[in-house]
Amino acid sequence: MVWPENPAASVLVLAALGMLFLYAARKPMHSLIQSLGRTAMGPLRLGARWLNGAADRMAHRNRAVLLAHGRQETETRIEREFERIGELVTRELQGYPTLQRKLLDEITRVEEDYRKCGEVPPAPPEWVEAVTAMGNVKGSNEMVQRVLEEIQRSVKAIHDKAITEYRKAYESRHRILEGFMPFWRSLDKTLGRVDRNIGSLHSSAASVDAQMQKYEQIVAGNDKAESMLTVSAFTQFAIAALVLAVAAGGAFINFKLIALPMSEMVGAGDYITASLRTSEVAALVIILVEASMGLFLLEALRITHLFPRIANLNDRMRHRILWIALTLLVTLAGVEAALALMRDMLIADKQALLQTLATAPQAAVTDGWVGRIPTAGQMLLGFMLPFALAFIAIPLESLIHSGRTVGGVLAASLVRIAAFALRLAGNAARHASRVLVNLYDVAIVIPLLVERLVVEMPRRAAAPEVDEAERTHA
Amino acid sequence: MLKRLLAVLLVLGAYGCADPKEHSHAVYMLIDTSGTYAQESAKAQRIVNYLLGTLQPGDSLAVARVKSRSFSEKDIIAKATFESRPSQANAQKRAFRDAIDNSLRLVMPSRYTDITGAMIQGAEYLNEAGAGRKTIIVFSDMQEELDKVTVRDFPISLRDIHIVAVNVVKLSTDNVDPRRYLGRLDDWKKRVEAAGAREWRVINDLERLDSILTRS
Repeated sequence: MVWPENPAASVLVLAALGMLFLYAARKPMHSLIQSLGRTAMGPLRLGARWLNGAADRMAHRNRAVLLAHGRQETETRIEREFERIGELVTRELQGYPTLQRKLLDEITRVEEDYRKCGEVPPAPPEWVEAVTAMGNVKGSNEMVQRVLEEIQRSVKAIHDKAITEYRKAYESRHRILEGFMPFWRSLDKTLGRVDRNIGSLHSSAASVDAQMQKYEQIVAGNDKAESMLTVSAFTQFAIAALVLAVAAGGAFINFKLIALPMSEMVGAGDYITASLRTSEVAALVIILVEASMGLFLLEALRITHLFPRIANLNDRMRHRILWIALTLLVTLAGVEAALALMRDMLIADKQALLQTLATAPQAAVTDGWVGRIPTAGQMLLGFMLPFALAFIAIPLESLIHSGRTVGGVLAASLVRIAAFALRLAGNAARHASRVLVNLYDVAIVIPLLVERLVVEMPRRAAAPEVDEAERTHA
Repeated sequence: MLKRLLAVLLVLGAYGCADPKEHSHAVYMLIDTSGTYAQESAKAQRIVNYLLGTLQPGDSLAVARVKSRSFSEKDIIAKATFESRPSQANAQKRAFRDAIDNSLRLVMPSRYTDITGAMIQGAEYLNEAGAGRKTIIVFSDMQEELDKVTVRDFPISLRDIHIVAVNVVKLSTDNVDPRRYLGRLDDWKKRVEAAGAREWRVINDLERLDSILTRS
């Protein structure tokens, strides 16, 4: 305090002195603040630019990997489609010449039969002319009448005979036509089969067309293909993650089934960490080994392709691996079933011990067939779960493949967000330096006003003289 | 990366090779058989049963009598370190229960109560057992009575041992002046804490036996 008895005056004096000092240091302080702002902004912008570049490179690499993976997958699908078509052609159409021959035979036979059943017109009645001639004889001649009556009788007899023959002929034609039916049916069936085969071929060809269209888009590397593949990868990732979560639930149940009986094998008193028993780790290892065997099994079956080395093995070696993996899996499943049984026995033993230790008598557990259901269920679960777990190789492969795309996209997005944040921070630093400069000027507003007045006074004094001179000149 | 993996494996291996006893629990139970307290043996049996039901394979349990002079292995009624295989551990527990049943049936009341000597014996047993967690359960009224010859007024060591006094019944004199009871418990608390015990607890409600072995 300058004057301790008058703090207000002291503060005023100190403020005035401070203001004067700040006014004197105005230019260097402005420079300092601005250079600080620039110093902060420069590296931040540089960092943002670098991160943007890195994000672009990542996106480019992701795109390349995505398109390559998509191309490979589409190639495989097209290959499978062609294989299917090949199989169809081999299976269904290799008998096509026979089929055609059969068809032609049947058609020829039908034609022959048709020809056979063609209607033969009755012979022209020659006696009609004789009757006409007799009718033209003039006068009533008894002889003529008799002749006519004789003709009538003969004609009637012939007519009856002709009608009978005609009916017989029709009957035989009807029989022939009736005999057509199986041939028509067979013809219809054969044609239907041909139609189905052609339809199946047509749909396969359409599928190949669609795949080829997709393949062309991927090869062209356009944005539509990239977007389609990215969406597909995200969907696959989500589905695979969901299935793996379900499998993890199964693995947990499996772990619970065998953790307790494993203590009978490796001991219950051994700990790896303060809360992790060796028996629990052993149970976990068994489950992981089962999952690995499942993985090898599916690899050997060429369902998954996580290990190219297995896929590239010759068929004999691959079959050996398949059988080894299957044998181990079945053995482990059997061990698990036995462990599940042992778990039940251990729990029952513990329960019996607790009953004998309890002061108050407890109700005895019924030992009927109902009581054996959980045991059987546990054993069945213990045997089935390893096989169910073996299939996690499929979603795992899907997760790994789609994870590359999903991870890449997320990482690129994170890098872009970081670049944006750095750019924002750089701009904020620049604006903060400007605000600080203005705040500095606000703090020394009085000396600045004085300065302005001092600077503007000679100008104002000069201004009326100039006006006067201009007026005089005018 | 490979070095890190190796380091993790080494750490895991070191953990795996650690003494398994560090994770086990050793319990030494003292049963007061002096005077009228000898009638409480049924309750003591209940506590032993609870301990048998709670202790895990690999844990140790010993039950000893508190007599006129109790700093002796001869006072141990039964002791066992349970096998690591649960089925064998259960068989041991059954045998242990039978041994306790037979011994407590034939218990004879003693004239004096040497709690300090029994505690020293218990601490010795627990330290030899080398368990990670050590507990002495004192089933007594905590009224120590020594003959003129027995010397127990010296500092004892109960380092890292949990002391749990169970069923500390009130004596007829305590009913006249409860300060005697409270003062007795307070004296024991001070004494065991001075001896380096990790914890001192009193549990009188036998319905809460589950808190005997809970970690504080």
